[in-house]
Amino acid sequence: MHRKTDTLLVIVALVALWQVLHWIVGSVALTAPADTLARAVELLGSATFWPHVAETGVALLYSLLLAVFGGLTIGIALGINRLAGEVAEPILVSLYSLPKITLYPVILLAFGLGLSAKVAFGTIHGIIPVIIFTMNAVRTIPPVMLRSARVMRLSPPQLVSTIILPAALPELVSGLRVGFSLTLLGVLIGEMFASQRGLGYLVMNAIGGHDVRTMMAVVLILATTAVLISAGLLHIDRRMHRRAS
Amino acid sequence: MSWAGWLRLIVVTGAVLLLEVLCRAGVIAKTVLPAPSVMAGDLYRLLASGAASADIGETLGNVAMSVIASILLGFVGGVAIHAMPRVRRALDPFLATYYAVPFFVFYPVLIVIFGLGAAPIVVIGTLFGVVAMLINTLNGLDRIPRVLLKTARVHGMDPVRTALMVKLPSAAPFLFTGAKLAIAYCFIGVIAAEFIMSSSGIGYSIAYAFNNFDNARMYALMLFIIVLVTVLNAVLFTWERRIMQRRRR
Repeated sequence: MHRKTDTLLVIVALVALWQVLHWIVGSVALTAPADTLARAVELLGSATFWPHVAETGVALLYSLLLAVFGGLTIGIALGINRLAGEVAEPILVSLYSLPKITLYPVILLAFGLGLSAKVAFGTIHGIIPVIIFTMNAVRTIPPVMLRSARVMRLSPPQLVSTIILPAALPELVSGLRVGFSLTLLGVLIGEMFASQRGLGYLVMNAIGGHDVRTMMAVVLILATTAVLISAGLLHIDRRMHRRAS
Repeated sequence: MSWAGWLRLIVVTGAVLLLEVLCRAGVIAKTVLPAPSVMAGDLYRLLASGAASADIGETLGNVAMSVIASILLGFVGGVAIHAMPRVRRALDPFLATYYAVPFFVFYPVLIVIFGLGAAPIVVIGTLFGVVAMLINTLNGLDRIPRVLLKTARVHGMDPVRTALMVKLPSAAPFLFTGAKLAIAYCFIGVIAAEFIMSSSGIGYSIAYAFNNFDNARMYALMLFIIVLVTVLNAVLFTWERRIMQRRRR
């Protein structure tokens, strides 16, 4: 209970900070919290808003599926083969910290405008953390488990489904959490530049029309959704780690 | 170099060569991706002509400012939050979900507040970098062995000396990790901000070249960023590993 009030206090403090900033810079730059909320409710009630949500949602879903399954497969392979993992790790880390936005023009040239470019962009953002987390999870599986698997002559698919996946599950959820945030970021950036639909486009469009109120409202909806999903994953993540330890 | 190191070199060289062959053979169209050797040549000419020097200098300056701000703010913030357990517990879920918020979308707001110039870009870079530093500072302070703190108390060390002689060296590897991440994130933040809306800098130049179908310049600058960031990260990564290994001994 104590915790919940503390969390609430932080939220109150954030909103207060926002209000103070609004007073300092004025409505032209930053709409007030109450005003933004009103616009957000208005948007959520309008019929033209939901197709954009669906567009972003579909792109996010495809990218997440690609990032998670691709990342899992590559991560498990690199985790099992120690040498391959050692060779790949620094390459992956440097790919992870690359400003991938610079690659955006290449993606556009390769995939053209539309859904596939967004999905590709979201996937390249999300897949690398999933690979890195999966690889490290597989590496830290106690060797005795792998040895017993060999003694019991498990086939590779059996090894993955009965030992590797259950043992690595907590780390996989951590990877999924980071992967989710980055995939969303990638999809939104993709929409901001080359799309006629989606939430990223709505934000960019509102900026172009100096409609700060709509922009702030979309940002508020996006940020709240992202934080809630991430918090949910964090909750699962912590519970799994506690059970594992 | 280790066996894995050589293998890594072979893999990377092989990938670049494969790309070169695919481009030369026309499997990848020239309009999509020029061959790596062509890109390198364009980059050399661009750097030699000095046409991009101002943009490069500006971006590096912005990155440097946001790195310094991130590290300082992150460190001070981390130390302050660590001293207040209740605040920390309340902030914890927010820190953990911080990177889920797509911060680029705040950039236009920052432009209205700070004006078009370096300030909003540095702020975006700092927003990206600061929490990585903060989280790692907290981690580092958490991992200080209890026994060291007790020893310091037994010796009657004052708080300043305890901080300088026990806490700081003990948390140093985590602080280094934080700084490494802050540098990487500041690069991402600054270049993305320039890319979205700016009138100078490497990110802007890439976007500008893209809009004007100036592929040669665009790919040269892209290659520059990739090589620069990769080399920087590789150096920091190796350095970090060495620190961690020394710690384990």
